[in-house]
Amino acid sequence: MTSSFHDWIVPHFNAWVYVIIMMTGLWAVIAKNNLIKKLIGLSLFQTSILLLYVSLGVKEGAGIPIIDHEAAALAMSGSDDALNPDRFANPLPHVLMLTAIVVGVATLGVALALCQTIYRDFGTLEEDEVLEQMKTLHDDV
Amino acid sequence: MIVPFDILILIFLVVAAVISLCVKDLLAATMVFGAYGFLICLLWATMGAVDVAFTEATVGAGVSTVLFVATILNTRRKSTD
Repeated sequence: MTSSFHDWIVPHFNAWVYVIIMMTGLWAVIAKNNLIKKLIGLSLFQTSILLLYVSLGVKEGAGIPIIDHEAAALAMSGSDDALNPDRFANPLPHVLMLTAIVVGVATLGVALALCQTIYRDFGTLEEDEVLEQMKTLHDDV
Repeated sequence: MIVPFDILILIFLVVAAVISLCVKDLLAATMVFGAYGFLICLLWATMGAVDVAFTEATVGAGVSTVLFVATILNTRRKSTD
């Protein structure tokens, strides 16, 4: 039990947590009745995917992917180790996820605007009440 | 990456996610979601993704919380689930 904990849980803890958060978000999107709660679940799902990709760029013993003045001077003087890629986290997943965060907030804004329109038209944000009202509207027509 | 710090933040992250989905008051849920945003911002910083941490703190935790609060002000604060 202890060895499996150390072999499987600790090294992959980011992986376990992003799967847990992703499934929590999926459950909220499917099972929650309130539209705002659904949107919170959607945002949780999104951040779990960001966590997956940023975790791919992590290296053991690496710092932030910025070359400081000291390392640049060392590199100028011919030292190879200053610009060794093992010393920096991989920045490619970071920039990709930067775009994903901004796009996610834009879509969240559109979704919240749609929620306000739904509230203005139906007077509620609960999904079952909205569906009920839509059904009676449809029956009247 | 500082492993004990990382594990602590990840545990808090799951707790914050579950609380923000379970609480019935939507404003409280939004505030816990903002706390979740700042926790994940700390996590990006420990993983060496400082640019993502900046963006998450301003855009993810700041702007999205403001958007949620504005929507709740224009609609209803109570939720049935």
